[in-house]
Amino acid sequence: MNIIVCCKQVLDPEAPPASFKIDAAANKVLPPQGVPPVVSPFDEQAVEAALRLKDKLGAKVTVLSLGNNLVRDVVKKPLSMGADELILLEDPAFDGGDSWSTAFALAQAIKKIGQYDIIFCGRQAADWDAGMVGSGIAELLGIPSVTIAKKVEIVDGKAKVDRVVSDGFETVEVMLPALITVSNELGEPRYATLKGIMAAAKKKPIVWGPADIGVNTAQVGSSGRRQRLVKLFQPVREGKCEIMKGETPAEAGTNLALKLREVKVI
Amino acid sequence: MAEYKGVMIIAEAANDKLVNISGELLGCARKLAAELGEEVSAVLLGDRVAGFANELIALGADKVYVAEDAQLKDYQTATYVAVMEKLVKETSPRILLMGQTAMGRDLAPRLAFRLGTAATTDCIDLALSPDTKFLLMTKPVYGGNARAVFTTDLFPQMATIRQKAMSPLPADTTRQGQVIPVSVTIDPAQIKTKYLGKVKEEVAGIKLEDAQTVVAGGRGIGGPEGFKQLEELAKVLKAAVGASRPPCDNNWVPATIQVGLTGKIVTPELYIAVGISGASQHLAGCSGAKTIVAINKDPEANIFKEARFGVVGDWKQVLPAFTAKVKELLAG
Repeated sequence: MNIIVCCKQVLDPEAPPASFKIDAAANKVLPPQGVPPVVSPFDEQAVEAALRLKDKLGAKVTVLSLGNNLVRDVVKKPLSMGADELILLEDPAFDGGDSWSTAFALAQAIKKIGQYDIIFCGRQAADWDAGMVGSGIAELLGIPSVTIAKKVEIVDGKAKVDRVVSDGFETVEVMLPALITVSNELGEPRYATLKGIMAAAKKKPIVWGPADIGVNTAQVGSSGRRQRLVKLFQPVREGKCEIMKGETPAEAGTNLALKLREVKVI
Repeated sequence: MAEYKGVMIIAEAANDKLVNISGELLGCARKLAAELGEEVSAVLLGDRVAGFANELIALGADKVYVAEDAQLKDYQTATYVAVMEKLVKETSPRILLMGQTAMGRDLAPRLAFRLGTAATTDCIDLALSPDTKFLLMTKPVYGGNARAVFTTDLFPQMATIRQKAMSPLPADTTRQGQVIPVSVTIDPAQIKTKYLGKVKEEVAGIKLEDAQTVVAGGRGIGGPEGFKQLEELAKVLKAAVGASRPPCDNNWVPATIQVGLTGKIVTPELYIAVGISGASQHLAGCSGAKTIVAINKDPEANIFKEARFGVVGDWKQVLPAFTAKVKELLAG
């Protein structure tokens, strides 16, 4: 089985909210001081989904990451988890894309890779939270897509996917090749093992630029956008929290109840 | 090339009722249509859905397109995209809106790519650019830490709307509108998926999305046992129980009660957050609450920036006394 997983390097979404700052003139987020970037969390779950199939059925797992100035320690994490190969689409031309220009570049790279049974993506990236690239890649490749998966099994050569809905989950069977986006309900991604980290350190990623995947720079990254960013801002937080005190935590709890009654909240 | 006109929304129905998002989409669509001087249309897709058409007209639709077919009974990407692609090509709506729901999250991206246009998901505000009348779409990004305003010059201009972000208009049964049946011709050979069934994982009691009061627990609750105390408080307050992501990821509670960016959006009068740090992704789900109350042992926890009242302390010591006093006050 051949599996491709798309992984995006993002600013760490677990960085303390207080460290989040925007450069308003550039419409960009300033990387938080001393907090390294990470693989977008839902993409790690996509790697986990791929590795579970590899454990069960045997598979070659190829990870594909698009961006510029990708940090090798970060983008190699899926290799440390157990993926086999890493391909980087790395070039300034790939920067600043929207879902369209990003999906277009990734789809072209996947066409160049050639063989695949399943493509896994995270359901949405932790920076722009758009949730569109996966479906977009599938549309460009002309393959079926199933999104927001919590469980993926292979039954009779087809993928059987449980997808999350508001009041539970639905089960969908899809013919391969297919693209599946993964959600956190799948479960915790596995930790990198020491053996995995050492093996990953020895692996050299394959690096492709626009010419390697047969695109010109106008089609990808910020040049290829169909959606324009007009403004990026932080909502103003007004209001102060009134902290109820007490001699003991229990007394504070009692005072809280009394306060809520006083202001007619309860 | 056809001229793109009108605001079209995709309605949703479940359990023999229109889902609230349908009215919210129509409320939003009517505002945009008024500014454009154009009409509002609604689309119903399903097996037996024509019965909802009159209600959609009462809620603001000038036209309702009804696409009925056994193959549309359960949502599937390929079938719904095929029907919508054909309908959009025949009607050329200027703006196409749907909910940021399990259906909308899946349908919008695939349909946008199919139509060669751009979509913006999870919008909390829509406006029209004064000169071009292009849609200005505002959505939370970076887990809710920031807001982005996007636009496009492609048509139809597509957006998915966050639930409870827009207001429905009051139903006006005197409103007139047209009901237009849509012929559905789906080639089964083109459909590479098969819907096998659904499993409901809802908890008994008050639904999170409808509750006036929500009691929610986070990583600080430590395990499923702790949630029993939250359930006790919820009973006293006639509240629904919710959770941030860690308790759901750890299987202490069902995933269906996750409140947050990728979970439920709740807008209760009162939201009590116990052992919740207040990460932006969680706040995205509860910041619409009228009053947020927080109990957390970390004085620096981000939740205190959103809460109106709080106690800094270990919930295991604070909550029992809080619950007891609330019980006493409500009984008296």
